[in-house]
Amino acid sequence: MSHPTPAQLDAAAVDCLKKLDLAALKVKERLAIPPQEMPSQDPEVRRRNIQEVALGYTAAQAQAEALRCLQCKNKPCVAGCPVAIDIPAFIQAIAEGDYQKSIDIIKKDSLLPAVCGRVCPQEEQCQLPCTVGKALKDVNKSVSIGRLERFVADWEREQGKVKLPAIKPETGKKVAIIGCGPAGITVAADVRREGHAVTIFEAFHKSGGVMVYGIPEFRLPKVIVKEELATLEKMGVTIQTNFVVGRTRKLLDLLAKDGFDAVFVGVGAGLPKFMNIPGENLVGVFSANEYLTRANLMRAYDFERADTPIFRSQKVAVLGGGNVAMDAARMAVRLGAQEVHLVYRRSRVEMPARIEEVAHAEEEGVLFHLLENAKRILGNEQGLVTGMECVRYELGEPDSSGRRRPVELKGSEFIMDVDTVICAIGNESNPLIRQTTPGLDHNKWGNIIANDQQLTSLPHVYAGGDIVLGAATVILAMGQGRTAAAAINKALAAQPAVT
Amino acid sequence: MNTILKKTQLSDDVVQLRVAAPLIAEERKPGQFVIVQVDSDFGERIPLTIADADAREGSITLIFQVVGKTTMRMAALKEGDVIENILGPLGRPTHIEKLGTVVCVGGGIGVAPLHPIAQGFKQAGNKVIIILGARNQKLLILEKEMRAIADELIICTDDGSYGRKALVTEPLKELCQQAPKPDFVVAIGPPIMMKFCAETTRPFAVPTFVSLNTIMVDGTGMCGGCRVTVGDETKFVCVDGPEFDGHKVDFDNMMKRLRAYKTLEDQARHTCKLQQEIARKESEMKP
Ligand SMILES: Cc1cc2nc3c(=O)[nH]c(=O)nc-3n(C[C@H](O)[C@H](O)[C@H](O)COP(=O)(O)OP(=O)(O)OC[C@H]3O[C@@H](n4cnc5c(N)ncnc54)[C@H](O)[C@@H]3O)c2cc1C
Ligand SMILES: Cc1cc2nc3c(=O)[nH]c(=O)nc-3n(C[C@H](O)[C@H](O)[C@H](O)COP(=O)(O)OP(=O)(O)OC[C@H]3O[C@@H](n4cnc5c(N)ncnc54)[C@H](O)[C@@H]3O)c2cc1C
Ligand code: SF4
Ligand code: SF4
Ligand code: FES
Repeated sequence: MSHPTPAQLDAAAVDCLKKLDLAALKVKERLAIPPQEMPSQDPEVRRRNIQEVALGYTAAQAQAEALRCLQCKNKPCVAGCPVAIDIPAFIQAIAEGDYQKSIDIIKKDSLLPAVCGRVCPQEEQCQLPCTVGKALKDVNKSVSIGRLERFVADWEREQGKVKLPAIKPETGKKVAIIGCGPAGITVAADVRREGHAVTIFEAFHKSGGVMVYGIPEFRLPKVIVKEELATLEKMGVTIQTNFVVGRTRKLLDLLAKDGFDAVFVGVGAGLPKFMNIPGENLVGVFSANEYLTRANLMRAYDFERADTPIFRSQKVAVLGGGNVAMDAARMAVRLGAQEVHLVYRRSRVEMPARIEEVAHAEEEGVLFHLLENAKRILGNEQGLVTGMECVRYELGEPDSSGRRRPVELKGSEFIMDVDTVICAIGNESNPLIRQTTPGLDHNKWGNIIANDQQLTSLPHVYAGGDIVLGAATVILAMGQGRTAAAAINKALAAQPAVT
Repeated sequence: MNTILKKTQLSDDVVQLRVAAPLIAEERKPGQFVIVQVDSDFGERIPLTIADADAREGSITLIFQVVGKTTMRMAALKEGDVIENILGPLGRPTHIEKLGTVVCVGGGIGVAPLHPIAQGFKQAGNKVIIILGARNQKLLILEKEMRAIADELIICTDDGSYGRKALVTEPLKELCQQAPKPDFVVAIGPPIMMKFCAETTRPFAVPTFVSLNTIMVDGTGMCGGCRVTVGDETKFVCVDGPEFDGHKVDFDNMMKRLRAYKTLEDQARHTCKLQQEIARKESEMKP
C-alpha cells in the first residue's frame, strides 16, 4: 500500500463533507464518516530526517473528524481524561469552525494542549471509553480527540494568537519550583496567575524536562515547548537554569534562607535502570536517557555542528517496549543505523508504548523481537560490543499486574549480531533531593510521598509528576501540578499578606 | 554570571580560569566539580574540577588541559568573556578527617583537583606528603601552591628534566615500605597512573582513593554515561563519586569507555586545529 499524501487525505475529507447534510446529521450518518487518518511524512523519507512525522489535520479533516462525535450527554470521554477537559464542547466548536472558542475551552483545564494532543496515550485515556469506538467495536475508531486537540492548539500558535493569562496584583509571596518539566511548568503558571512571584530552578541548561531531552523532535518539535516557556516568562516567571537543587542550594535553604514561602518538587524520574547482565558496561551500551539526551538536547544528530559526539552504529538492539524504547529505536534509524532490533520480553498486547508509536516504528523498518530478552552482552578486546546473547520466552500464568508472566524457554539461547545496545527498561527516581532533604518521606522505590493535595511530609513542600508517580505521563504530571498549585494558592491566601 | 575574571596560562597546554560563580563558590567543597558548556546550542557539556574557590569574591578557579574540541574552545576565551553554562557544585565532597599521614599523588592535570583536597587534609591536622608527576618540567603545574601545603614534596618527571627521573609509583612504594606506612593515599591523574598507584599500595593494604574522570553528559545521575564498575557494582561517577576506593575500581573497563568516541573526537580536534590555523594565518595576513 502506498503512503497517502496529505493532499489526498484532505481531498477525501472535502469530498466526504460535501455529501453530508450538516444541519441535520443523524447518529448513523455520523458513525459512517470514515475516521480521519493523520497525514504523515512518507516512511522512506522520514527515516532520514528529524522533522515531525505526524503533520496534523487539515481544516476539512478536522471538521470531518469533529462531526463523528455524538455529543454524548454522559460524556464518557471526559472521565477518561486525567484533567477532565470538556471534550464534546471543544469538539463541537471545531465542527462549527469556531477554533478560538474551542481552544479557550481546552485551556480552562489543560496548559499544554499542543503537547498533550501529540503525546498523550489517548487510546488508554480519553479515547478508550468513547461511545463511537464502542459502537464500532474498535478503540482505534474512537473520535480522535488528541488529534483535534492538537489541531486547535497548533491553529492558535500559528495565528500568533496565544493569549497571556490575566495575572492578579503582586502578593509579595514567593514560590520555588524545582524542575522545569510538565509538572513544574503547570504549577508555575497556576501560581503566578494568583500574583505570587515564581522562580523555577532547572538543572539542565535548557528547560522543558523530558519534553526537550527525551521525547525526540520528530514526535514533539522543540519550538512548541519553547513557545510555552516563552509564555511563562512573559507572565513574569523566572526560570533559572544550571541550578541543581540539593547541590547548588539545598531544598530547605530555599525556605529557610532565601525566603520562599512554598516549594514544589517536580524533578521527574531521571535515574536510568540497567538490566544487571554481564557486559553492560562495554563500550556501545547506553541507557536510552543518554542516547536520547545526546541526540535531542545536545543535538548530536546534527553531525556537522554539534560538539557532542554520538555513536555511529550499524546494528542496534533496543531493550524495552515503552515509548522510550520506540523513541530510541526510531532515533537510531534516523542516525543512520542499518538494522534496528527492538527486543521485548512480553508480547505485543502488553507493550506499554502508544499504538501510534509502535506503528510508526514498524513503518520505519524497526524489527520487532517479541518474547525475547537479553542475557549477556558480548565484547572484544577493545571493550566494544560485538553481539548480544538472547533467550526466548513464552507466556505463562498472569502475575500480580494481571499480565501474563513471560517464562524463559530453556536452551533457546541465540546470538544477535549487534554493535550497540540501548537499555530502555525504565527509570527510577533520582536520589539527589531525597538524600539532601532530611525529613522528606519516600517509598521503597524512592518516589516522594505526597497526599491528595500533593503536600509532602514537610510543611510548605509539595511534590508531583514522575517523582511521585514513578515514570508516568505528561498529562498525569500536569494534573498533579494543577492540584499542587491549587493547594499552594490556598495555603498562601490563608497566610497574612506580605507588606 | 560566569564572567571570566582572570586567565592564566600555566603551561603550554594548561589554562587556568577564574570565573564569577557566586552560588557555586559558596557551596562547593573539596573534591567537587562543575559541568561547563561554552554555548547552549551546539556546545558539549564537560566536567571540570573546582580547583579553588573564593566565596567572598564569588569566584571559582578551573584548571584544564587542552585535549580536544571543548577545551580548545575554552582556551580561546578571554578575560571578560562569559561561559554560557556552568552547573555545580556536583559530586560528593571528599571525606576529609584526621587520619595521620596522608600521601597525595598528582599526575599531570590531576594536580589541579588534588590541590583543594591536599589543602583540606592539611587543615584537618594531617601530615601531608605530596608527590607530583609530569612528563617534563614544562608540564608541571601548581608546584608553588603545593609546596606551601606539603610537609614533604616529591617531584618526579618522566624525562628527569626536573626532580627525580621516575614514575610517581616509585616514591609511593618507598613510602609504603617505610614504618610507619602512610595511613591514607589519594591519587589523581591519568587513569593509567591511578591504576598503578592502586596496584602499588594494594600489597601494603594502605587505603587508596582515586578521583575518576569518566565521560559525562548531565552530571546529575540522569544518563548513566559516566558509569564504572567498582567491586561488583555499577556506580555513577557523577553522583556516587567522583572518588572511589582505588583497590576496587575496574580501571581497564574505565579506560576502554573513555575511548568510546576516540575517532569522532580526533576528527573534531583536527578540524578545530585547522580552523585555528586558518584564523591565525588570516590575522597574520591582516596589515
Ligand atoms: C523518551 C521518553 C518518551 C516519553 N514519551 C511519552 C509520551 O509519548 N507520552 C507521555 O504522556 N509521556 C511520555 N513520557 C513520559 C513523560 O515525559 C513524563 O511522564 C513527564 O515528562 C514527567 O514530567 P515531570 O514534570 O514530572 O518531570 P520531567 O519531565 O522529568 O522534568 C523534570 C525536570 O527536573 C529537572 N531536575 C531534576 N532534578 C533536579 C534538581 N535536583 N534540581 C533542579 N532541577 C532538577 C530535570 O532536569 C528535568 O528538566 C516519555 C518519557 C521519556 C523519557
Ligand atoms: C569529575 C571530573 C573532573 C575533571 N576535572 C578536570 C580538570 O580539572 N581539568 C581537566 O583538564 N580535565 C578534567 N577532567 C577531564 C575533562 O572533562 C576532559 O578533559 C574534557 O571533557 C575533554 O573535552 P574536550 O572536548 O576538550 O576533548 P575531547 O575531544 O572530548 O576528548 C579528548 C580526550 O579526552 C578524553 N575525554 C573526553 N571526554 C572526557 C571526559 N568527560 N572526561 C575525561 N576524559 C575525557 C577522551 O578520551 C579523549 O581522548 C575531569 C573529568 C571528570 C569526570
Ligand atoms: S464519548 Fe466520544 S462521541 Fe461521546 S462525546 Fe466523547 S468524544 Fe464525543
Ligand atoms: S489531555 Fe490527553 S487525555 Fe485529555 S483530552 Fe487531551 S489528549 Fe485526551
Ligand atoms: S553524567 Fe549522566 S549519569 Fe553521570
